[in-house]
Amino acid sequence: MHDNPVFKIVSKILFGPIVIYGLYVQFHGDYGPGGGFQAGVIVAAAFILYSMIYGLKEGKKLMPDWIIRSVMALGVLVFGGTGIASILLGANYLDYSPFAYKIYKAQHLGIIIVELGVGLTVFAVMLGLFNAFAGFKPHK
Amino acid sequence: MIELWVNVFLASLLVIITFYILRLKRLIGIVALSGAYSLTAAAIFVNMDAVDVAFTEAAVGSGISTILFLAALRYLPVEEAHETRYPVWSLFLCSFVGLILIIAAFALPEFGDPNAPVHLHVAPRYIEESYPLFHIPNVVTNVLASYRGFDTLGETVVVFTAGLGVIILLTGSTLSMRFKKSVSSSEIHNTQSDKERRDA
Repeated sequence: MHDNPVFKIVSKILFGPIVIYGLYVQFHGDYGPGGGFQAGVIVAAAFILYSMIYGLKEGKKLMPDWIIRSVMALGVLVFGGTGIASILLGANYLDYSPFAYKIYKAQHLGIIIVELGVGLTVFAVMLGLFNAFAGFKPHK
Repeated sequence: MIELWVNVFLASLLVIITFYILRLKRLIGIVALSGAYSLTAAAIFVNMDAVDVAFTEAAVGSGISTILFLAALRYLPVEEAHETRYPVWSLFLCSFVGLILIIAAFALPEFGDPNAPVHLHVAPRYIEESYPLFHIPNVVTNVLASYRGFDTLGETVVVFTAGLGVIILLTGSTLSMRFKKSVSSSEIHNTQSDKERRDA
């Protein structure tokens, strides 16, 4: 499978559109179906496709383990940090109203940031799970 | 009316897929069929106008989990172990619980009933208030990220913790701890052979 040119070229062509579709789902989740969870899974699917065709070693070159682990924690930090930010601005935890003057702008901004946090965590966890399963060496 | 028949068709497809999963012995076929099961369930959710749930089911249930199962299949035998004994009590328990669930399902409110208790608690407030307040048409996103922000934070932490646990179990323990274990076991072996030599 690693030497088949059809898989290699098709996965290269598909990689960009899958990531862009994931970003569309991520940032358009407030107007259509979707959101951070689905977007994270879709973007992770693009990287998993790359790893499956080109091998785990190349996939880890594209997205090293330390980046995956940092992004995993970064997503939770973004979500929790949004709550801390609203406390610092004088509101309750995860209350988005002080982020802008108009309440709907503040809510929109808060929702987008929070969904970004969810997306980052889900993306990194899914990719990390695949890497862990694919790189697992069983006992002999 | 058409929706009902589409649902009947999809639900019977689910039953057929389940029977084939039961009968099949090759694990790769079972993994493929469970992906098909999730996709059919996603189609049912679309038919019930739960597009967000359907999206998640299609992406996670039939996409990522199939791939993760395939990745895990590399370390398993090709066929599942042959079952020799017939678990009568399990069958009895399963049919008993299934019967109770079916009886309980008759007491549920009809699908789409506006007077069902679920639709009378906070849902009307979400639907009426969220668009004028937030200017965001997708109510699901509003509920998920703003009204129920704590729940979603909890979910994110659960995903993070679960992923971290599996990654540590699969990579951390096998790379560093297995090395330690092999070193310590060889040490034990050496000391044992030393003792034997001394005894001799």
